[in-house]
Amino acid sequence: MVTSTKSVTKKGTGSGAKFPGPNGKKPGGNGWHGDDGSRRKFSPARYRITMWVVLAAVIMMFAALSSVYIMSVHGEQRVAMPHMFFASTGIILFSSWTLSRAKRSLQLEQSRRYVNWLLVTLALGLAFLSSQLIGWKELKDAGVYFVGQPHSSFFYFFTAVHGVHLLGGIFLLVFLLIKSSMNILKPETEKRNAWAAVVALYWHAMGAIWVWLFLLLLVLK
Amino acid sequence: MGRVLAVIIWVLTFLSVLLFVSKKWWFPAAISEHAPALDRQFTITILVVGISFSAAQIGLGWAIWKFRDTGNPSDRAVYSHGSNRLEMIWTVITAVIFIALAVMGQSVWANLRLNDAPAGSYQVEVVAQQFQWNFHYPGNDNVFGRTDPKLIDDGALNFIGIDETDPNAKDDSVTAALAIPVNRPVELRLRSKDVIHNFWVPQLRFKQDLVPGMEIKVHFTANKVGKYELACAELCGQLHFKMKSYMLVLPEDEIQSLKALPQEQFQTRMTELLAKYSLPTY
Amino acid sequence: MSETHEGVHRHPAPTGFIRKYIFSLDHKVIGIQYIILALAAVLVGMIMSLLMRLQLSWPGTNWPILETFFPTGAPGGLMTPEFYLSLVTMHGTIMVFFVLTTAPQGGFGNYFLPIQIGAEDMAFPVLNMMSFWVTFVGFIVILFAIVVEGNQSIGQWFAALGPSFVGGSGTVGPIGGWTGYAPLSALGKVAGPGQGAGMNFWVISIAIFCVGSLLGALNFITTLLNMRTKGMSLMRMPLTCWAWFTTAVLALLSFPVLLGGGILLLLDRVAGTSFFIPGGLYVSGLLSGSNPNFPLHTGGSPILWQHLFWFFGHPEVYIAILPGMGATSHILATFARKPVFGYRAMVFAIFAIGLLGFFVWGHHMFISGMSPYSAVAFSILTLSIGVPSAVKTFNWLGTLWGSRIRFTTAMLFALGFVSLFVAGGISGLILGQSSLDLAMHDTYIVTGHFHLVMGVASIFGMFAALYFWFPKMFGRFLGEGLGKFHFWITFIGVYCIFMPMHIMGIAGMPRRYSQFTEYEFLKGLHPLVVFVSVAAIITIATQFVFYFNVIWSVFKGKKAGDNPWEATTLEWNTATPPPHDNFAGILPTVYRGPYEFAVPGAPRDFIMQAEADSEVPGGNGHNGHKH
Repeated sequence: MVTSTKSVTKKGTGSGAKFPGPNGKKPGGNGWHGDDGSRRKFSPARYRITMWVVLAAVIMMFAALSSVYIMSVHGEQRVAMPHMFFASTGIILFSSWTLSRAKRSLQLEQSRRYVNWLLVTLALGLAFLSSQLIGWKELKDAGVYFVGQPHSSFFYFFTAVHGVHLLGGIFLLVFLLIKSSMNILKPETEKRNAWAAVVALYWHAMGAIWVWLFLLLLVLK
Repeated sequence: MGRVLAVIIWVLTFLSVLLFVSKKWWFPAAISEHAPALDRQFTITILVVGISFSAAQIGLGWAIWKFRDTGNPSDRAVYSHGSNRLEMIWTVITAVIFIALAVMGQSVWANLRLNDAPAGSYQVEVVAQQFQWNFHYPGNDNVFGRTDPKLIDDGALNFIGIDETDPNAKDDSVTAALAIPVNRPVELRLRSKDVIHNFWVPQLRFKQDLVPGMEIKVHFTANKVGKYELACAELCGQLHFKMKSYMLVLPEDEIQSLKALPQEQFQTRMTELLAKYSLPTY
Repeated sequence: MSETHEGVHRHPAPTGFIRKYIFSLDHKVIGIQYIILALAAVLVGMIMSLLMRLQLSWPGTNWPILETFFPTGAPGGLMTPEFYLSLVTMHGTIMVFFVLTTAPQGGFGNYFLPIQIGAEDMAFPVLNMMSFWVTFVGFIVILFAIVVEGNQSIGQWFAALGPSFVGGSGTVGPIGGWTGYAPLSALGKVAGPGQGAGMNFWVISIAIFCVGSLLGALNFITTLLNMRTKGMSLMRMPLTCWAWFTTAVLALLSFPVLLGGGILLLLDRVAGTSFFIPGGLYVSGLLSGSNPNFPLHTGGSPILWQHLFWFFGHPEVYIAILPGMGATSHILATFARKPVFGYRAMVFAIFAIGLLGFFVWGHHMFISGMSPYSAVAFSILTLSIGVPSAVKTFNWLGTLWGSRIRFTTAMLFALGFVSLFVAGGISGLILGQSSLDLAMHDTYIVTGHFHLVMGVASIFGMFAALYFWFPKMFGRFLGEGLGKFHFWITFIGVYCIFMPMHIMGIAGMPRRYSQFTEYEFLKGLHPLVVFVSVAAIITIATQFVFYFNVIWSVFKGKKAGDNPWEATTLEWNTATPPPHDNFAGILPTVYRGPYEFAVPGAPRDFIMQAEADSEVPGGNGHNGHKH
């Protein structure tokens, strides 16, 4: 049995020596993204793919939690939707619009406007989180606590989990702002556009998830 | 090397099949109406399984036996990337066999689980708790007395919290073993006080979880008088392995006389019956 | 090389020991780290199974050595039931999460996916490093769960985290099985031994593991979609890459569900919520809400935990075995010296298994109290998953047919995989039927079934992969002589361990019993139980030969060339072991499909993926699989 291995080894060594094979002959032409000799240029697609993949995971988690909520609502004790959550919904939808303005400014290469719209979006994001906390207070005053039947726990749990994800979005916005302030003298780079695009994607998705959770809590209570 | 492996695969296949065919260890004899159909479905399935298993292993062994590297560089393998026709054939054949098995397998399930218990079924409430079974009989009025977890009092042996003030509870009995009539549908109402347990009598070919917070109704018909072991088949904690009780399948007249007895005499009579019947031999 | 754009050397080769071997960004080092983690974890899990077998076959026997190591778990050398059950729990958790999920995907996938698609590293090296270290922390926490549960004084350290963190139950570890069914796992110490602080850490460990796996999955998917080298079209990828990709997709979509469920379970335990706990419970003499040790719970549903768990848990089975299938296909073709039979069918089968895997979780729950109508649907879907599994088996046999097999140790394990996959998988036809599950549920036939197919077959896939790729990873062969000894004993051993378990299950032996002495109907099975234990002891002993072989071969093994197996894919195109950026600055170009063996007219019996047609005199330049 060992002898067969030996013969295999001997036969095999020839091919390794041939490395790098065809590539050695045409060193410039083997990149996947371009033939300019840099072989692996910056790929905006990588960022886009990754963000969609991240969102797939986030959506799966919210889908699972939503299913638990739907199965846990028994309908005996109704929980009134806090008024502040209506305001939250308006704020986050508006912030999606301001972020799309920011992206538009970036496409038009209006750096100043881009930064301004980002700042507005950031402010709206923080306003959203504050409105959620005020909403919690409303719930508490109405006698709906985190510890209790699952139905009332979910009002807090959904907002908390979503809030943590939105906080991630806020960090991404801050990251964009830092990046743009560092790049302020340079022309717009492909990389910056790619980052702006994926952050916008994430932010819109967080808005959409909030609307879903809001409707879920509003309709099934 | 290849031939040794081929032979070992064949021998292991043969011994595995022998283990199943010899039936030295097998199901305990069945005592429920649905069991023959279930056993028949099992036999059909195990035939399909056994034939597929043996065919695949024999084929694997044969390929290993036959196709070896000779060390001669000009003697090469067949150059082929496959055959769409073969792929189609074996996909369709396995799909037909497997789906047919799945569909056939539904009949026992449908009879037991997609129907309610027939009218006039003998009713028992089963309340499981960590490492103990409680069986609640409605008595002659055929109505279960009210129970409430707040009334549970282990010291007074009121394990399931029967409300003594409820008139329906007056003739109820609770015992630690199950007594059911032979040849008559039985409906069990399964509940649990603490964690998930599982009602299981191997001879019945029957299992069902008892889930806290739920009352699960199931039904079956036992058709052989005797005493059988009842086990818990869902991990419920430290002493899961001895959460044991007995199921007595009794002639109708014994059940009727048992049913009429008040709690204390009911207990005594159950003890006598448990001593009277013996377990099947295995 | 111009470095103005992101070139190959995005991170230069590190020089310090810590950056090179500990906090490395190199996917190859991270892969080896994962494999070492799995080898450590499997040792722990294996010792636990040995202890369980001792208890099952010789209950009541005094093992003084046990008392030395586990004074609370085996007082007087007698194993307590709670010790046994905590072994069950930890064996399952460690094996499923830290062995079967780490080695196939995080280990071999990390090392070889970038090389096989012609990339210089993973798409996000930092994320990759974090993925490993998060998983590592998860492993430490699961070991810690044992310590905390077994030692009440250590529990005091975490008093600040809340009352449920104070004190374990004094048993050896948490009790709940790897499935941790609520409400047993949700109630806390009131539910008995093994439900103390250790259970919190068990849940936390799994949540941490989920995060680590998600980071890994993210990286795998992006890398595969975005970083394939020129000419590496999807249908020219080795089947290993397809398997790792599908596994990553499964992990991506299933781990978030477990993470969500785990957080809810933890909240039930530490915050007093009632997601999985219904009202009116009466546990250990206490009514819910009547005592500070047992707060008021209301309105939750225990079955929801099972839905969440198995929605993850079933895909997890495929996460464990798909990489093994990929490695087996790859290794079979290489040593059969023949192209994979039905490459396209294999790819479709992998995808079909992955997809169907999301719609069959209910077959774990036929008798759980869920709707009996959904059981019908789950049953039929479950049996249809057998179709792509059978297609894979047929294609493996087709690959061997007319081949010229070289019996290396890697090939033996790959052939063993096929045999065991059939042996273990086929009893799924029994267990997938709701009717038969009335008799089979939670008996040893289930134990035998999943150990053979997801445990042992997956491990055989990994053994095959290790013997196959070891020369590439370490520049030395993994000893073939000891390897073959390892194979023979293990192959026969696992049949002897797990085949009798099927019979025990048919005869009605329940899982998770710490002894079978209480029931008359189980007494006749005792000879089988002893037989299984003896087989297990021999098989486990043999694994130490394997451990020795690995350590010895890393330092003293026979030196290997760049392509010792005469294989075709890109990892054999680079140096052994591969340089820091895998291809020494020049990415290869791919000209053909991955398994061009025995091409008529070619000078050798294999043509590598990176060999241009002009380099293959007489080769007919097959560009893929147009057959």
